[in-house]
Amino acid sequence: MHKDNQPLIFENTKEGRIGYSLPELDVPEIDLSELLAEGFVREKVAELPEVSELDIMRHYTALSNRNHGIDSGFYPLGSCTMKYNPKINESVARFPGFANIHPLQDESTVQGALEIMYDLQEHLNEITGMDEVTLQPAAGAHGEWTALMMIRAFHEANGDLERTKVLVPDSAHGTNPASATVAGFDTITVKSNENGLVDIEDLRAKVGPDTAALMLTNPNTLGLFEEDILEMAKIVHGVGGKLYYDGANLNAVMSKVRPGDMGFDAVHLNLHKTFTGPHGGGGPGSGPVGVKKELIPYLPKPVLIKKDNTLTFEYDRPQSIGRVKPFYGNFGIYLRAYTYIRSMGPDGLKAVTEYAVLNANYMMRRLEPYFDLPYSQHCKHEFVLSGRRQKKLGVRTLDMAKRLLDFGYHPPTIYFPLNVEEGMMIEPTETESKETLDDFIEAMIQITKEVEENPEVVQNAPHTTVISRLDETKAARQPVLRYIKK
Amino acid sequence: MNHRYIPMTETDRDEMLQTIGITSVDELFADIPEEVRFKGEYKIKKAKSESSLIKELAQLAAKNADARSYASFLGAGVYDHYKPIIVDHVISRSEFYTAYTPYQPEISQGELQAIFEFQTMICELTGMDIANSSMYDGGTALAEAGTLASGHTRRKKLLVSETIHPEARDVVQAYAFGQSIEVVTIPHKNGITDVAALNELIDENTAAVLVQYPNFFGQIEDIEKIGEITHDNGGLFVVSSNPLALGVLTPPGKLGADITVGDAQPFGISESFGGPHCGYFAVNKKLMRKVPGRLIGETTDDEGRRGYVLTLQAREQHIRREKATSNICSNQALNALAASVAMTALGKVGTQEIAYQNIVKTRYAKNEFEKAGLNVKFDGAHFNEIVIDCKMPVKEMNAHLFTKGILGGYDLGLTYPELANHTLIAVTEQRTKEEIDALVQEIDALVQEMEALHA
Repeated sequence: MHKDNQPLIFENTKEGRIGYSLPELDVPEIDLSELLAEGFVREKVAELPEVSELDIMRHYTALSNRNHGIDSGFYPLGSCTMKYNPKINESVARFPGFANIHPLQDESTVQGALEIMYDLQEHLNEITGMDEVTLQPAAGAHGEWTALMMIRAFHEANGDLERTKVLVPDSAHGTNPASATVAGFDTITVKSNENGLVDIEDLRAKVGPDTAALMLTNPNTLGLFEEDILEMAKIVHGVGGKLYYDGANLNAVMSKVRPGDMGFDAVHLNLHKTFTGPHGGGGPGSGPVGVKKELIPYLPKPVLIKKDNTLTFEYDRPQSIGRVKPFYGNFGIYLRAYTYIRSMGPDGLKAVTEYAVLNANYMMRRLEPYFDLPYSQHCKHEFVLSGRRQKKLGVRTLDMAKRLLDFGYHPPTIYFPLNVEEGMMIEPTETESKETLDDFIEAMIQITKEVEENPEVVQNAPHTTVISRLDETKAARQPVLRYIKK
Repeated sequence: MNHRYIPMTETDRDEMLQTIGITSVDELFADIPEEVRFKGEYKIKKAKSESSLIKELAQLAAKNADARSYASFLGAGVYDHYKPIIVDHVISRSEFYTAYTPYQPEISQGELQAIFEFQTMICELTGMDIANSSMYDGGTALAEAGTLASGHTRRKKLLVSETIHPEARDVVQAYAFGQSIEVVTIPHKNGITDVAALNELIDENTAAVLVQYPNFFGQIEDIEKIGEITHDNGGLFVVSSNPLALGVLTPPGKLGADITVGDAQPFGISESFGGPHCGYFAVNKKLMRKVPGRLIGETTDDEGRRGYVLTLQAREQHIRREKATSNICSNQALNALAASVAMTALGKVGTQEIAYQNIVKTRYAKNEFEKAGLNVKFDGAHFNEIVIDCKMPVKEMNAHLFTKGILGGYDLGLTYPELANHTLIAVTEQRTKEEIDALVQEIDALVQEMEALHA
């Protein structure tokens, strides 16, 4: 084993050590063989670690030191809205009255939780301009699928059985077409035009009586606002289709325009992005869906309603698409989002969007001389640079991203959206200071100089991380997906 | 405005506007059509200061009855278990919780390695070859197992045992509808899957048979037989399993399961009103490239150092788009970490001991109920749940128990009409003998009182 390897917890184990303190067993012991028939008791015990509590803490502290989070440094990962995760959220989620309540308790014993859910739904209705919100979906993609299932149920209830196609722009997140498939639709890709926006003529040519919906992110993944949105809504509604809003980029437009006012019929939000979830190393998220009146009957059940001033779940919803998740969604996450919204208020949310957009435009203009900028109009909360110029000098966007690691930054999202060659998608968010933005800009400029003067230093980056570039081909060709004791 | 989460000053703003070459922020929003532009501010509650918001939310939390203040006998898929204190200390390290999906392995080795360890622990407990890095929850994991099986076998029918959690079955139904897959329920008989009915229902269109182990009634079914019937008919065998029970139970991987799913909530994850919890998804080798969600694999860097990366990504939505095996993107990574810490703390010995405590305490409760003359329905082996015939509406009974500081069981009549007036009682290692005795005594007193009334 290489001397620099970080040991796995399984490699630090020693028979006889324990890290737990179970309650005393205060009922008579009975031999397992009397409790379970032969064959039910496992023959070989699960090989889990045997370590002390300090061993555990040291292990995970060492691992955390090998991980970069927002609290470690700037994290301009485009489309992911890596903003500061307020600490009050974490405290609130751990209140015993929230953390230790069971979803199947009698409703009268959880009215505090239900009040929060109800109030959050009202807040999200106002923020999105929708008529009703469900908090059930667990993440953005789950919300996309939920909304598409509702749209499908709506069409089918109208006897409209031929609407089998969902239109998705070529710049869309990968989850959009994947969610359409899972909901049983075929995906039709709509092209972008030379301005990075949906090609209206292509859209017009592709809609028809088989159109179930158009899924749109606005601003799109290039950070550009689809300014023809009203025309697009007219086209899609004109053929009887529905308009779906992917809320991944809501941070760009809060208090500036609401999906409901733009003509969208359904929207999902990523509460772990715009509303400080947090991201958790990949989740858990929370992906509420808001809908217009026509789609309300199809909402997943149960639906939280107010009856005689008491909050209660309504299960009798004959047209509902059913349940998309056990219980009521990721309560602990949307509780954090609620806390955030209440910390910001209406003027705070407006400022969030204004600074998120101002910061992105500032960075874009300062970096514009050094990189190709395929679309040069004002952006919203994020922008996409192209590494074409540097590629001609033999340095790829991947190399520049890796070089950023040496400066202590998490790189932007790279090679996405797919319609930008050597793309770098940068989303600074509103919680970063001008000094942080300036330092990052200087690092980017320095890297472009290195590309010209000393490309090897970029091509071989990173140089300062605990590990250098990993062999991903080997990982995929000879998959090792678990530890096996040698 | 000034806000503690927004560091820009007016000077900063003016300098930035100048760099951009505009005079006001509004110009950046000029491309939003005038007729739909939102004017003014949202009609939502005004911002609150940190201390007054904490006070308000603490008051709302206090309106809820929590499992620290009440003795909870409520389970039905979500359990009040021992949560090692260390779990919260680890997952509160913000290098973990403020990171996102580990796309840049050089600065994400901590997360990647922790989840690789999670995958290993799930494999150990379930006896499966491969586990992914997590799903939203046990219910959606089961639903995805069903759709995977349908895609893999090119068959369009799922047989779902009635002894699976009713809400999980609802989720299976919703996912199946999207893919035009038929879902047929295998009825239960005496609290376990009716094997005779299964034999009737299974055919060459059956993509998979789905069972739960231990099942929703707490019964431990002989699933090996069900697996054999499934395989004889060319279907995949899907087992939903409480991983904590697998500390002592024979793992599904040894009983013929092709896919084992479940929820890791019993390991160190708060009940949190039903979410977020942590689904897991484990398969045998032949299904490796069909698994939904993220997989972490081991590899080396150019100096030969061991490291971890996201791997086999050709299955996933960001690469395959509409041809992906699933649409899942965000998962439950932080909760997978929490579960890993709990599984590590309990370790090889503690996972056996905690599972044993659940069984033996539940057996104690069963004996006490029977001693009191109450009818314990279903007589098979059980894990940590039993069904009691309380001869009166469960809602009424629970209302009474609540006044005695007890959160009563799940009202089975809500989802199994034939089990009206039956309650599903969960006894974890957290429940003391005194609490169990009090529960039995209160239920017994109520039943006697009611019988006297009707005598």
